[in-house]
This record gives sequence, structure tokens and C-alpha cells, in this order.
Amino acid sequence: MVLAMDWGLLAQQIVSGLALGAVYGSLALALVLIHRTTNVVNFAQGEMAMFTTYIAWSLNHHMSYWPAFLLTLAIAFAGGAAIERTVIRPVERGSPLTVIMITIALFVIFGGLASWIWTGEERDFPTPFAPQPIRIAGVTFGRHEIAVIVITLATVIVLWAFFRFTKLGLAMRAAAIGPEASRLLGVRVGSMFALGWGFAALLGAVSGMMVAPLLVLSPTMMQPILIYAFAAAVLGGIDSPAGAVIGGLALGVGINLLATYVDFVTSELELPVAFAILIGVLLLRPAGVFGRVVARRV
Amino acid sequence: MALLELEGVEARYGPIHALHGVSLSVDEGEIVSLLGANGAGKTTTLRSISGTVRTSGAITFAGRSVVDKGPEAAARAGIAHVPEGRGILGELTLWENLRLGAYTRRDRRVIKGDLERVAGYFPWMSERRNQEAATLSGGEQQMLALARALAARPRLLMLDEPSLGLAPIIVHELFRIVTELNAKEGLTVLVVEQNANIALQASSRAYVLEVGRVAVEGASDELRRHEGVRRSYLGY
Amino acid sequence: MRRAAAVRGLLLLLAVGVVALLPAVISDYRALELGYVAIYFIAMIGLNILTGFAGQISLGHGAFMGIGGYTTAILAANHGVNDLATLPLAGLVAGVVGFLFGFPALRLAGVYLALATFALAVALPSLAKKFEGITGGSNGIFLPRIAPSGDWLYYVSWSVALIMFTLAWILVRGRLGRTFRAIRDSEIAAVSSGISLSRYKTIAFGISAFYAGVAGALLAIPTGAIFPETFPASLSILLLTGVVVGGVGSLWGMLIGALFVQFIPVYGSDWLRNLLEPLGVDIADTTPGVPAVLYGTILLAVLLLARSGVAGLVQRAANSLTNRFNLRQLQRHITPSRREA
Repeated sequence: MVLAMDWGLLAQQIVSGLALGAVYGSLALALVLIHRTTNVVNFAQGEMAMFTTYIAWSLNHHMSYWPAFLLTLAIAFAGGAAIERTVIRPVERGSPLTVIMITIALFVIFGGLASWIWTGEERDFPTPFAPQPIRIAGVTFGRHEIAVIVITLATVIVLWAFFRFTKLGLAMRAAAIGPEASRLLGVRVGSMFALGWGFAALLGAVSGMMVAPLLVLSPTMMQPILIYAFAAAVLGGIDSPAGAVIGGLALGVGINLLATYVDFVTSELELPVAFAILIGVLLLRPAGVFGRVVARRV
Repeated sequence: MALLELEGVEARYGPIHALHGVSLSVDEGEIVSLLGANGAGKTTTLRSISGTVRTSGAITFAGRSVVDKGPEAAARAGIAHVPEGRGILGELTLWENLRLGAYTRRDRRVIKGDLERVAGYFPWMSERRNQEAATLSGGEQQMLALARALAARPRLLMLDEPSLGLAPIIVHELFRIVTELNAKEGLTVLVVEQNANIALQASSRAYVLEVGRVAVEGASDELRRHEGVRRSYLGY
Repeated sequence: MRRAAAVRGLLLLLAVGVVALLPAVISDYRALELGYVAIYFIAMIGLNILTGFAGQISLGHGAFMGIGGYTTAILAANHGVNDLATLPLAGLVAGVVGFLFGFPALRLAGVYLALATFALAVALPSLAKKFEGITGGSNGIFLPRIAPSGDWLYYVSWSVALIMFTLAWILVRGRLGRTFRAIRDSEIAAVSSGISLSRYKTIAFGISAFYAGVAGALLAIPTGAIFPETFPASLSILLLTGVVVGGVGSLWGMLIGALFVQFIPVYGSDWLRNLLEPLGVDIADTTPGVPAVLYGTILLAVLLLARSGVAGLVQRAANSLTNRFNLRQLQRHITPSRREA
């Protein structure tokens, strides 16, 4: 059986798995970023990403792809920061139920708003990469898929460098680790939280704009992706950025391979499989693969 | 005019009044200690100055009022507050904690050299730059907290119970460094201490707080001979 | 104290009277809609027991409704059981699943529990499609009979609702309710008092799922058919929204929540259009997404401005009224003695 295996198919499925995985990973990274900085799990991350992708779609009618891409990132950043400042800040220290419900309210509002403004019609989202596939070692790969992997990883690396090397990045990390101590050092912790949400929204926009050409742009486009992103974030450790990205990639490849090679796993089962992974990780090792275990014995 | 001046300062934690009218002053270049029993309001006084507790009354620093403006403003005005428990950011490295100390400073070119200089007071730090701060010992963390505060080139250094949980030899080293910096560079210090002995040795003046008010004040030498202070705080 | 209890008893009697007599004065269609309100009311009481009283978050109660609905459909369609007779069984099946879900749910607190239950809600339609042998897949299951009239559904669902509400009322006031509230207020303190978290959290899940199952079963009857799309993830969100708007921790507030959930998504666009048309904003009949924006915004407003929901607002108003009343009584007692002095 092994000798008759189609290596070309395997390579293709791995690459498309990595592409999807990169999308899951960047949304998962956004979730982790917000959780690390403000201790909130943002249920609306996917809908915010979808909304910004629609904005990009509209912008593409007035300008070429890359300017629209960058402008969308800026809008997403500003929007994310604004949301933290107005709607999240008042309840940040309150009960977890209230905060969760607020992100759910945002989930509902953004979903409805997108349907209202752009209607539920499915649309095509442009890709700046030529549709002709690339041939590597005799196997064809989609150009956009490869681009997704490259662009997402590039974004993640730039963000990593920002947090590691710049003063602002350091301040943001400090604000997340110890807000009181950071305040005494002169760090405006509130602004750091807003910036965290801004960067997360930016990551979500990248995620949405990368995945839209692969799927179809619709108001519900990001909902399954949110579940995968949750599964990836939890798998990697809800406070581990590296874990989120690696978890996303692993999930993307894993589910794709399962769907290709195991007959039982049809497309309807992909989501429940992600759900099973999510539940499994939460039960067996809630800290995730790379996370830190915080003891809370009761 | 004093560098720091408090007049009739009251502070509360919600419904609980912690300070009932505290007045004190610190001149530039002095080391002043704030003594008192647990719950007397020493920590609260520092918190009032750095703006982390609801305060009313007058607090002037370098001629400007800093009352109720928040900790970020106090830090930017040049007040470095090393809190009780040190406030070390455990997940960051030693060097990252130090870099953060200089957060409020704008003079980028000078900062790097300055950080090296500050680390120089604590020779063991150079080798352990990339060590995660949470894995440092209690004494090392206290040194790091002090170094971090110094990295800001503060006009006023406030230390809250620096001796807490530390071995006597480390406490002595700490106060030696503070005294040396005061003598060589004119660093102004306000130190809150339970260990009245060492605080009175290091400082030139002291205030004793009781139940949110200043009960006794004066030169450290005089206070060491003061009957009440001796009995209650010096143990003899 | 006695006066307050008497007032409440009177209000309850009034409410029951209104509910009993209403169908006589409203259309059959309206009665049907109010029948749905009763169904949501039941589901929300269950969810509130879990969230408001035991302090556990569930974003998956639509799935438990689905389990109840499918149980009823399968029993009625494939085994010829009378649809109303299936109600307790549907509740039981959902309750057992909820109870079993409670075990792993123990290990998860707050957000993680919300995530897990949300994943359950999203996964249910997919699972229903996959296991066609049991659920009929995308084709769904058709019940042998459909509800004969709106009035019929109204009386059936409100009777069940009254029973379930009374049960919940007794439970909340009893020992079980107190234990739940102890857990909600502080898990650590509860454990120190000897409360077994595992036992009570699973019980809370089981009871709330039972309620959802009964509601889901009732939902199958007027529509006459069940599909995977009947219980989407948005249903779970809608239920929790209703609980929050009605008032977390208030049983009668769930009535407001149920009215909110039934009428805002359906009539919200019309109301909004009437409101905005004079301002020049045009909302077409078929514009999608408007109800969602409306109910999302109301939810947001409640969370930011009136966290205890409508029930909380009413409670506050009632308190300030009684305070003013008591104050006036006091003043009347004080003034005569002043005159003497």
C-alpha cells in the first residue's frame, strides 16, 4: 500500500492544510494576544475579521489590491483599539459572564451589520496572485495557497519582532504581566490594552483576507474558522503565541489529511472533529501543549 | 523649598480611612525614613504620593501638585516607587525589567549607557541578563527592583519595606548601596521600613506614623534616643 | 414582609389569569407566537438555573433543545408515541446528556466552559447531518401530526411552562437552590463548607438540560418537522441573550427574555424602520441582518447600563418606591413628637 501511495497528493494536501492552518493560526494568535493582554476571550474575533474583509472587498473597487490591503489593516487596527476603549474597558474587571456576553453581543452585531450593508450574497474576493498553479518537483500547488503561508508567517514574525525588540512591545508585555507594577513605571496600561486589541484585529484582518479567496466571501465565512482557531489556541496553550500558530498549522494539516485519507471523516465531520480536539485538550491538559499550568485546586 | 511636601493628606480604600491628615516633607538630597507599626499607614502614604490610592489634601513635588493624578503621571514627574513585594515582572528577563525602568525617559542615546552603569552597582547582574526574573532569589529581586527604579534617573526614590523577607546581610548591602548613591549622586530617598534600626541608621530624618497620623518626627539621631520610639520600635 | 408576599401572590394570580384568558381576545396567529414565547420561557428558566443560580456559563443550550426535539421526533415518527407523551422522555434524554456533559464541564471554569458549550452548539447541526440513520440527515424527520391550532399550542405550552416554573421556584427556594448560589458566589468557599462541586455542578447541568429538552420537544410539535437547521448555534446565543436581558438570576425575568427573543428578531426590522424612516434611513423589507443588529445592540446596552436586566431595573424601581413609602411612614411618626417638644 505504501509503495502505491500518491506522494504528489500528499504534498498537495499538506500544503493546502498548511495554508488553512496558517489562517487558523493567525486568528488563534489574535485570540491569544487579546487573552494575554486583557484576559478576555473574544468570541467576536472571527466576525470582526469577516467585517474587515468586507471592507477590503469594498476598497478593492476603488484602489488596487495592496493599497487596499494596507488600508484595511489600518482600519482594523483602529477599530479594534476603539472597541476595547469603548465597550470592553468598562467591564474588564467585572464578572467573566458579562465580558463574554459583550463579545457575543459584538459577534451578533458585526454579523448582522455585514449582512445589512453587503447582503448575504456570496462574493468573490480578489487575490493578487496569478491563478496559474506553480509546479514544484512535478506537483502542482496553488499560488495563493503558498502566498497565504508566506504572508501569514511574515506577519507573525514581524509581530514577534515588535514585541521582542521594541520599547512599546516591551511595555505591552509588561502591562499584560503586571498592570499595577507597570503603572508605577509610567506605562499607560489602558492604552496598552487598546493597542493589544488593535493588533489582534489586524491579525484577524490578515486571516480573513487570506482565506476569502479560498472560500467564498459571505457573512458566515469566519464562523467555522473561529472554532478551528479556538481549538488551535487551546491546543497550543491559550497564553502561548507560538503555540497558537503551531497549533493552527498542525490542526490545518491534520484535519485535511484526515478528510483526504479517512473515508469516515467527511466534510460535515471536520467541525465536530475540531470540537472533539477542543474538548479533549481542555479535559486532559487545559494548559495546552506549550502553556503553563496554573494550579487552581478546588 | 522641599522637593516633596505633604500637607493634611487623607487617603481611603473605599469606605476605610487609612490616613487622617499626614504632613511631611523631604528635601532634595536627603534620606528620610517613615516608620510605624503594621497598619499605621506607611504604605498608604507612599501610595498617595505615587497616585495609586484615592487621596485628598496637598501633595507637591518639585513645586507642582501631584495629588490624585495617577501613577503614570507620578512616574513621569520623576518619582520612582518600589512597591511592597517589589513588583518584578517575573516572565520578563532581568534585562527587560531594567529596560522598562527607563520607560519614561526620552534621551534614547544615553539610556543604554545608563543601564550598564546602573547594572554596574550590582556586578552579578551582567552575567544573568537573560535570566527570567521570576527565578531570581528574593534578595536578587529586591536589588533588581532597586536597579530598575534607578534606571529612571528619578528625582525621588521611594522604597516600601525593602528589608521584607530578606537576610540581614542582604539588607545591609541594600542600604549600603542606597546610602552610597545618596552621598555620591545626591539621590533623594524616602524609605518606609519596619526595621526601624537600620532605617534610622541610614536616614537623616524620620517620621513615625501611628493610626494614619504623624506621631513623632525629628532627626534620626534624636529619635533613636527618644523614649517612646525606643520602646515601641527599637526594642529596648 | 407579609405585605410584599401578598403583593407578589396577587401579581402571580393576575398573571395566571391574564395568560388563561388572553387567547379569547387575540388572533390564532398571535396565540401561536405566544405559544413559542412559552417554549423559550421554559428553556430560559433552565438556562438561568445553570447560569444565574449556579454560576456556570453555557453557550450550548440550543444543542440540548435539539436533543429533546430529535427525541420527540424520533419517538413520534418512528415509534408512534403520542407527541405530548414524549415530553418527559425528551426532557430526560436531554437531562441525562446534560448531566454527563457536566462531568467534563467541572474541570472547566468560566471562559473555557463557554468555549466548550459553544463548540457543542456549533457541532450539533453537523453531527445531525452526519448520522442520518438516526436523525434522517439533512432531510429531517416529519412528525405524524402538526399542532391543530395556535390556541392549542398556546394552552399546551403555557400549561407545561406553569408546571416547570413552579418546579423551578420550589427548587430555587430550597436547599438545592441555596447550594447552587453558594457555588456561584465562591467555589472555594463552597468547597470549604463541604459542598461537593462535582455533584452539584453536574446536577445543575442536568436540570437545565432537562428544561431545554422539554422546550425543544415542544418546539417540534407546532412545526411538525425537525431538521439540523432547526437548532443552529445562533439559537444558543439567543437563549443566553434572553436570559441576560430578562435578568440573570430572576425567574420571572425570563418571561421578558422570552418575549424579547420571540418578537425582536421577527418584528425588530419593522419597528426600526418606523423609527428611522422619518430620519431618512430606508430599511427594505428584505434587508437581512437588521434584527441581529437590533438585538445585539440591545444586549450590549443591557450589559453596559443595566447588568441585572429588566428584572433588575424593575427591582430597583420597586425598592426605591418602597423606600419612599417607608420614609413617609417614619416621618409621620417623628413629626408629632417634635410638635410636643
